[in-house]
Amino acid sequence: MDSTNGTNLPFVVRDCALVAVSTGKQAQNLRELRDHMLNIHEGSIYYHFWGGLLQARFDDPQFNNDFANWSHYRLHDNILAERLAVIDPTDFDDLEAMRRELVEVLDQRLDEVDRPAWVPIDRQFHFIRSQIVVFDTGWRIEKPESLPDLVSKMSVGSIFYHVVDARVRYPKGADDFRAWLGGFGDRFKPVCARLAAVDPNFMTLVELRRKLATVLRMGFGEAQK
Amino acid sequence: MKSIDDYAPVAGEDVIDHLRQISAPLKGLKVVHVNSTKVGGGVAEILDRIVPLMQELGIDTRWEVIKGEETFYECTKSFHNALQGQFASVSDSLLKTYERTNQENAEALRPVLEEADVVFIHDPQPLQLLKSTPNRRGKWLWRCHIDLSHPYRPIWKYLREFARGYDASIFSLADFAQPLPHTQYLVPPSIDPLSDKNIELTPRMIRETQDQFYIDPERPMILQVSRFDRFKDPVGVIRAYRLAKRFSPGLQLVLAGGGASDDPEGNIVLNEVREEANDDPDIRILLLPSDAHRSINALQRAATFIIQKSIKEGFGLTVTEGLWKGKPVIGGDTGGIRLQIIDHHTGFLVSTPEGAALRIRYLMRQPGKAQEMAIKGKEFVRQNFLITRHLREYLSIMVAIIHGHEDRVEF
Repeated sequence: MDSTNGTNLPFVVRDCALVAVSTGKQAQNLRELRDHMLNIHEGSIYYHFWGGLLQARFDDPQFNNDFANWSHYRLHDNILAERLAVIDPTDFDDLEAMRRELVEVLDQRLDEVDRPAWVPIDRQFHFIRSQIVVFDTGWRIEKPESLPDLVSKMSVGSIFYHVVDARVRYPKGADDFRAWLGGFGDRFKPVCARLAAVDPNFMTLVELRRKLATVLRMGFGEAQK
Repeated sequence: MKSIDDYAPVAGEDVIDHLRQISAPLKGLKVVHVNSTKVGGGVAEILDRIVPLMQELGIDTRWEVIKGEETFYECTKSFHNALQGQFASVSDSLLKTYERTNQENAEALRPVLEEADVVFIHDPQPLQLLKSTPNRRGKWLWRCHIDLSHPYRPIWKYLREFARGYDASIFSLADFAQPLPHTQYLVPPSIDPLSDKNIELTPRMIRETQDQFYIDPERPMILQVSRFDRFKDPVGVIRAYRLAKRFSPGLQLVLAGGGASDDPEGNIVLNEVREEANDDPDIRILLLPSDAHRSINALQRAATFIIQKSIKEGFGLTVTEGLWKGKPVIGGDTGGIRLQIIDHHTGFLVSTPEGAALRIRYLMRQPGKAQEMAIKGKEFVRQNFLITRHLREYLSIMVAIIHGHEDRVEF
């Protein structure tokens, strides 16, 4: 029985691991980036926006996605980097809609520059996609009120799956906690509203877990009033 | 023998739970790792820990080492160099030795290889085993630890034909992957924080090692640990040391290298290094046995900074080790070193001996900055490059490959 599809069912805590997979596609300049973006595996767009949270990455990124990072650090095109960085995945129904926006931003930049910058071959952008392995932890949450305490005990993989990966599974960036709480009618509306305002960008999963616990605690406090 | 639970205080309790859960569907599976040396080099060190940990998770895991005569290793060393971009001329007779040796090893390992559910073949030495095991039933993965970004094409063309038949391959970085007709996973290697090479040491143990190798504990010391291999540029390190020493006369340099049984070129490079050192009393060239892990550990902890000035590098586990010991690392701007040294945050990336000398001077003058880098570097390794992460990715790949490479596997 799934946690997210019915009323009063227990919340099924899942965990996940990502494995990175090479797509074999690389870009050495802006035009190549745009051309590959047109039809790259959509798992690659997912990976370059979210994969960094579960994969090796320095915890001080300036930008929230790899396309913006590469534009800044490798192409040295700050205008493009800023435009790419402002793309918020929660604004789109699915990865295809996000792809169209990315292509739009790249096309606009191509219109503006006479000669797209090149990078040396060892600085090219590698399109990577990921496979996600999801497993049931066997852990069930029966009472919504226990969520704040239990969330802080979840692994970072669980946080990734229920909050970040969920944004790809649901249209308009919902998450599994909100989907579950929504099954209890309007009772937990304040909690859901607070959860909806959490932006998982620019923080590690450990920080996100802490933030969720705080937000849930405040939301349930409000719901009890 | 360390238990998987011993890793919880270092990696986190949740990380260990995660490993147990993800390995659940793999219990009882027969897994074989095959490489060409039991000791020396990063691959053997990783297998030395990964294999017992997989066993402890209930996976029936074996580690087999292929055997070959000297000419076999001469051939595979040429392969190694060629795959990293060097010109190599390998005679037909050496290629025949390569194929014959693999066939002989396939014969010797036949029951194990045929019965295995998953086989990990490490690097090019045993690559041809797949072709010589036609009755295999499991999934075969080629784990390439080498920087394959710009291989010498004729040799890669030869080896590619053996690689094509695998169910998947695993590379350390996206830059290293080559077009192959199967899924190519990306898994950086890792270090074992509980191994002799990385475990915490007492100040006394560190001091004893300094005394043993005549290193003055009162003066700064920079250290490069690596095989005596041209790709590691030990001669360039000596040049960087000489340039930096003009500004820090007390500076000492230690070049510590071990031999590996599959590296016949080591002695030639070692002689070049000795010649360049020219009997400088502040340069120590240490040829350590392959099991001198505690000594390496102590040297890394005794060092003021670590240097790894490679011009080609698969991953550079010595960089990971240095960062784990809270040392800023000055590393060559190549391969996997780039994944670990975040320029100006965990160390410095350099391209020349002059660049290395400049960064040595900078760190000598900025101890506060060096300390800041040390803290960031250790945490970066804790989160990304410990063996627990490496194991998790191997387990995930096994689950994925058994489920037919689907993008999303749920169980």
